[in-house]
Amino acid sequence: MSTAAAHDDHHHHAPTGLKRWLFSTNHKDIGTLYLWFSFAMFLAGGLLAMVIRTELLEPGMQFVDPEFFNQMTTVHGLAMVFGAVMPGFVGLANWMIPLMIGAPDMALPRMNNWSFWILPFAFLILLSSVFMSAFGAGNPAAPNFGWTFYAPLSTEYGPASTDLFILSVHMMGISSIMGAINVIVTVFNLRAPGMTLMKMPLFVWTWLITAFLLIAVMPVLAGAVTMMLTDRHFGTSFFNAAGGGDPVLFQHVFWFFGHPEVYIMILPAFGIISAIIPTFARKPLFGYASMVYATASIALLSFVVWAHHMFTVGMPLAGTLFFMYMTMLISVPTGVKVFNWVATMWRGSMTFELPMKWAIAFVILFTCGGLSGLMLAITPVDFQYHDTYFVVAHFHYVLVSGAVFSMFAAAYYWLPKWSGVMPNKLLGELHFWSSLISVNLLFFPMHFVGLAGMPRRYADYALQFADYNFWISIGGFWFGLSQLLFLAVCVLCAMKKGEKAPARSWEGAEGLEWEVPSPAPFHTYDTPPVVK
Amino acid sequence: MQSTLFHRAAVGLTSLMISGMAVASDWTERSNENLRPGVTGVSQEVYDLHTTILWIVTIIGLLVFGLILVSMIRHRRSKNPNPSTFHENVFLEVLWTVVPFVILIAMAVPATRVLIELDDSSKAELTVKVTGHRWKWEYEYLTYEDDNNIGVSYMSNLATPAEQINNPVLAGGLFPYGTAQDAVGSEFPEKDKNYNLEADNPLVLPSGQKVRFLITAADVIHSFWVPDFGGKKDAIPGFVNETWTVVPEGKEGTYYGQCAELCGKNHAFMPIEAKVVSQEEFKTWLAEKKEEAAAAPDLTPFADLDEAMALGEQTYAGACAVCHGNNGQGGVGVAFAGSDFATNEEHLDEHIDVLINGRAAMPAFGAQLSPREIAAVVTYERNAWGNDTGDLIQPQDVQDHE
Ligand code: HEM
Ligand SMILES: [Cu+2]
Repeated sequence: MSTAAAHDDHHHHAPTGLKRWLFSTNHKDIGTLYLWFSFAMFLAGGLLAMVIRTELLEPGMQFVDPEFFNQMTTVHGLAMVFGAVMPGFVGLANWMIPLMIGAPDMALPRMNNWSFWILPFAFLILLSSVFMSAFGAGNPAAPNFGWTFYAPLSTEYGPASTDLFILSVHMMGISSIMGAINVIVTVFNLRAPGMTLMKMPLFVWTWLITAFLLIAVMPVLAGAVTMMLTDRHFGTSFFNAAGGGDPVLFQHVFWFFGHPEVYIMILPAFGIISAIIPTFARKPLFGYASMVYATASIALLSFVVWAHHMFTVGMPLAGTLFFMYMTMLISVPTGVKVFNWVATMWRGSMTFELPMKWAIAFVILFTCGGLSGLMLAITPVDFQYHDTYFVVAHFHYVLVSGAVFSMFAAAYYWLPKWSGVMPNKLLGELHFWSSLISVNLLFFPMHFVGLAGMPRRYADYALQFADYNFWISIGGFWFGLSQLLFLAVCVLCAMKKGEKAPARSWEGAEGLEWEVPSPAPFHTYDTPPVVK
Repeated sequence: MQSTLFHRAAVGLTSLMISGMAVASDWTERSNENLRPGVTGVSQEVYDLHTTILWIVTIIGLLVFGLILVSMIRHRRSKNPNPSTFHENVFLEVLWTVVPFVILIAMAVPATRVLIELDDSSKAELTVKVTGHRWKWEYEYLTYEDDNNIGVSYMSNLATPAEQINNPVLAGGLFPYGTAQDAVGSEFPEKDKNYNLEADNPLVLPSGQKVRFLITAADVIHSFWVPDFGGKKDAIPGFVNETWTVVPEGKEGTYYGQCAELCGKNHAFMPIEAKVVSQEEFKTWLAEKKEEAAAAPDLTPFADLDEAMALGEQTYAGACAVCHGNNGQGGVGVAFAGSDFATNEEHLDEHIDVLINGRAAMPAFGAQLSPREIAAVVTYERNAWGNDTGDLIQPQDVQDHE
């Protein structure tokens, strides 16, 4: 602590104002930028979801045209996956990995700056097409083929803005790959003496594995969009059957990226929960080593399950069986994690501060999503479930009440370290309970309408789905509005309004990040700490 | 509108309160919240498999949540001030890896059996080729019993009228409809029971015989799904997928399905209506259809503009309005109302040509519409919505078009 403070003197020339953020090479500032960006995208993507839910409030087309509706589902998915969830976790990695392993900064600070500043431009490009569409420039103007952009809907039939979309996906991919390289290099080279790999906090472990997944699959995504580009403009026929190509190839390539991608969006969450539960149970994490192995096996298995998204395309029986068995298998290590968290709570001495509330909600609701995932893995039944709201319910349980809830947990847990003040309790409690109730009102009935047969990406529906859709929409508006409470919590912390936080902000918290003062000084660990 | 928001809130609230009971509407045969057992052997097996795994995951879930709940109550600081310190237990860890594995195998066995059964589409008595188009289905009857040369095919469109669907409450900018008044007058028409599920020309199938579907698409990927038959299969351009069904005798009736793969603007508006009839009835129907297909096209001229306009209006609503708008205002397709294309004499020939042969995203209708219908719809487009060109196109003009 004292070393960190003393060394602060060397860095008086830290720029201020706009320059501080534009030219920043400081992992904390860049982390903050990522986190605000992610939250902004969360609100923007949420706004699009509100349009979707408004239209689906009742059967019939009342507010938007089905074409615009498709643009909303597409850009909502893209903004949430690539704008909210992924950058959110990169922001957390930037802030916490150096603090957790006793490194002075990320290993490649300039690249860190670049990988962040690409992102706002990537999204400006993508979102500009929505504004064009909303204000009547061209019809259709924004991408309208779903976040999975299946060919030939996105190639031969895609709107002109598909090219903007391709460029923007390339930029996001470059940003993610650079972020991942930075994590790997930092973890392998900048650990404090004594911080062996098997002593690293699980958040660092899960991120390390996530980074390898990113490096493995983002180029595959880049390949997919590049093939789209050449199909659209340079006369190739990768995905065009009339030219000798194969539309199903697109799906194989996309999901070879897409399935590891869903784990990219959840592994860091596992790390966060594994940090929070021991803190508030005042008991060490159960099965640390098995957590590491489970994470690694999930990552490996995630490369051999991709075709479970495509059971209905008509694969040979042997292929279908292989992907069914592998998908069922992946729920074993996922189960191990859940059991380990429960065992960590067991016979602990728990208190339920805000981060713990979010973490427990995560464990329960993520498990719901995992269990519906297991149902989806059973191929003959997936022939019924596939492309219905049941799938929508599944992935929102794992991604919203999973990944997003874990980020809320992380924010409430580490905000004292980031800002130096404790997050406002009253607003935080309201935010939690309001989100918890509304998220279930929003997503649970989706299981029902899905089973009853409502296909996803439908702008209008048959009458038997009407009652539940009404409640789903109410849940949606409620959940959306609740997030403004979180905005208030963050703004209060940024303005340093609130109870001052001690260095160890939570009584049972362990780990290097709690050894430095709150807020963490601009530069930490210029001299590495020694880990016993 | 089907009902007001307020009414819906009231209905929803009651239904939520009496949850478990069939919700307050008459969908007794179409579950509101669970998979349907369906009408075929396969759909029943799928339903049983679904019920089994639903129970398994429910029990696992309740066990895990129960443990969490117990722990939250008993192991809170006020009850248990001194935490224990255990953080490993090899026995437990092996146990909760092996037990789930065994449960998975128990689930995989019946799943594999059903999959293998589903895979066998041999020995079908009827083969129907199903082609997905944006945004309608085409059914082509290929073989039935010993008849390998049926030559019957037709298009099946959404039958729900546009006034029931479009109930705009806002207009302009973001909301490219006119106001409610513009579109349908001030009143919203009631929605039919089969709203968005009914089709103009249903797929007709015999009961008690194995039907093989050969599924493909003409433009983008669609997915052919009748839940009561037990599953869906994608319709992919350039590929022919196979699936099959047998609806047992005694289960004749109409079964509804919907397109299940995003295919563009009107993805939600291309339902499948499958009418299952007895074998005798099917044979009669098929014979009629064959006769119709063999007959020479009806080239009777229109007596006057009104006669052509009446048929044109009907055809336009069925085939054109989805893209060109109910009032010719355009949309995915070009606008006709007041357009140069639809009013200038110069474009008349081109107008007929595009309809017959298609152009870019505009599909070719030459095979789907009769010369009489094409003549009527061109006449309609050139005279409706204030276009008033007075052009009357006769079926013979279309027939003569090279
Ligand atoms: C127990 C583990 C899991 C299993 C067995 C599983 C299984 C599946 C299956 C079979 C599907 C395809 C359903 C269909 O389209 O018919 C699916 C879809 C999906 N899953 Fe999972 N899943 C699991 C966990 C997760 C996790 C942890 C995430 C992300 C955090 C996730 C995200 C998704 C997404 C985003 C989709 C839908 C993608 C789309 O079509 O748009 N799943 N899952
Ligand atoms: Cu997957």
